Amino acid sequence: MTDFLAMGGYGFYVWSAYGVTALAIVLEIVSVRARARAAARLTGNTGDSR
Amino acid sequence: MTTLAHAQSDESQFGVAAAIVWAAAHDLRVAMRSRSELAVQILFYVIVVSLFPLAASPDRALLAALGPGVLWVAALLASLLSLPRLFAADFADGTLEQIALSPYPLQALVGGKIIAHWLCTGLPVAVLAPLLGLQYGLDGDVLAIVTLSLLIGTPLLSLLGAIGAALTLGARGGSSLLALLILPLCVPVLIFGAGAADAVRAGLSPSPNFSLLAAGLLIALVGAPFATAAAIRVALD
Amino acid sequence: MSFYFFSSPATFFPLARPIAIVFAWLAALCAIAGLWIGFVVAPADAQQGEAYRIIFIHVPAAWMSMFIYVVMAFWSIVALTYNTRLSAMLAQALAPTGAWMTFIALFTGSMWGRPTWGTYWAWDARMTSELILLFLYFGVIALRNAIDDPRRADRACSLLTIVGAVNIPIIYFSVQWWNTLHQGASVSLTAAPRMAMIMLTGMLVMTFAAWFYSIAVALLRLRAIILERERGSAWITGLARA
Repeated sequence: MTDFLAMGGYGFYVWSAYGVTALAIVLEIVSVRARARAAARLTGNTGDSR
Repeated sequence: MTTLAHAQSDESQFGVAAAIVWAAAHDLRVAMRSRSELAVQILFYVIVVSLFPLAASPDRALLAALGPGVLWVAALLASLLSLPRLFAADFADGTLEQIALSPYPLQALVGGKIIAHWLCTGLPVAVLAPLLGLQYGLDGDVLAIVTLSLLIGTPLLSLLGAIGAALTLGARGGSSLLALLILPLCVPVLIFGAGAADAVRAGLSPSPNFSLLAAGLLIALVGAPFATAAAIRVALD
Repeated sequence: MSFYFFSSPATFFPLARPIAIVFAWLAALCAIAGLWIGFVVAPADAQQGEAYRIIFIHVPAAWMSMFIYVVMAFWSIVALTYNTRLSAMLAQALAPTGAWMTFIALFTGSMWGRPTWGTYWAWDARMTSELILLFLYFGVIALRNAIDDPRRADRACSLLTIVGAVNIPIIYFSVQWWNTLHQGASVSLTAAPRMAMIMLTGMLVMTFAAWFYSIAVALLRLRAIILERERGSAWITGLARA
């Protein structure tokens, strides 16, 4: 497991890259969902005719 | 717009050449009424070029390497500074709408305005460059190449800048937004323009740079007025 | 029902949600598969060791950043030609996703560059072009926010996107030319390591993951944009009452 985390000594670079990517994805999804929620509130519905 | 009526040529009723000449003459006349504004823009160029050695170092070798690049970036900034003047004033008082309504092709009228803009901003910058290049200790042949590259490149900057100026008409954000839109598009002009002098400094031929710059200019001469006219119509709707 | 039935915001709106959900699941599956291949199956690289594993997100993000811009340009052309709203809204929805992809490509590229070539940022052709692409995305987003009238913003941003799209090959060519001049004929900094099939497969699977993810997120954003811009219209007030 520690070998996996160490990534042959390059752990900092590999995990920073993957970490920031994951963060960017999470941020994008969160912001889009917030925007969708705000838009739904604006128009007074959940957005679908269900 | 009686002077525009006089500009009609014999062959075609609403000719392209007539429109270009009229628009350029009109804009030059307006610009000459506020000569101090033009002088300020040229002074801006001079001051910016003089700032770099103060901020970096007066080391001769460093300045000789940086010189062409600094002259080019400053030319780009000076062009950016004067671009809002191209359409904004006319847009604000309704003149632009009248120009767009005229039977003359809008692309040609826009082309004339861009020519006037270049004559007031780009040409003085290119003419002053060899003088300012002396501050950077550049050789005579390098100075000549820088001047020539600016003579070909500054019209390109005016053409590309006009597209941005038209797109940002009536938009919030002013000249910062304009800079954000235009600067990425001007990167090739910067690379090939400043690269010509660098090539000469390295002992290579600058002709590929000039060929590419000239090709870019020819394409922009046709393409930019069209894009600008389209953007103006978007702004006027 | 003709193909053009779904080309209005009202009719596409309910369709976008199931499509987005499907692509979100597909993206998750591809990501799991791709990461499995990238970290468990693929061996360490002969020259770069474990550091090369960054390519499994760097290359897909870079490809998506360029692909999304092309798609944006396509829908911008459609929007200008046919004066449609939905195509312009889709272009509007794609821009932030493209910008995120470009940022990821730049950051991961920088993290890859440090251990392999010794520097966080080298002015090589691809990274510099990617940086300029980020500025182009910011420009389109900034112009959208700067114009109040949505239809005017549609047309202005469509024009800007198309002008940018025409310029991207020129920008890339000029930066590459500039780079080779100043680099010399030595090693190209962004030459991918010679890749075994398994590494290529992992990269391909991750690219699909990035693509499906982009579709899902963009469609979700599109739904929000449709609601924001069409909020006065009857079909939405009808939904609200239902």
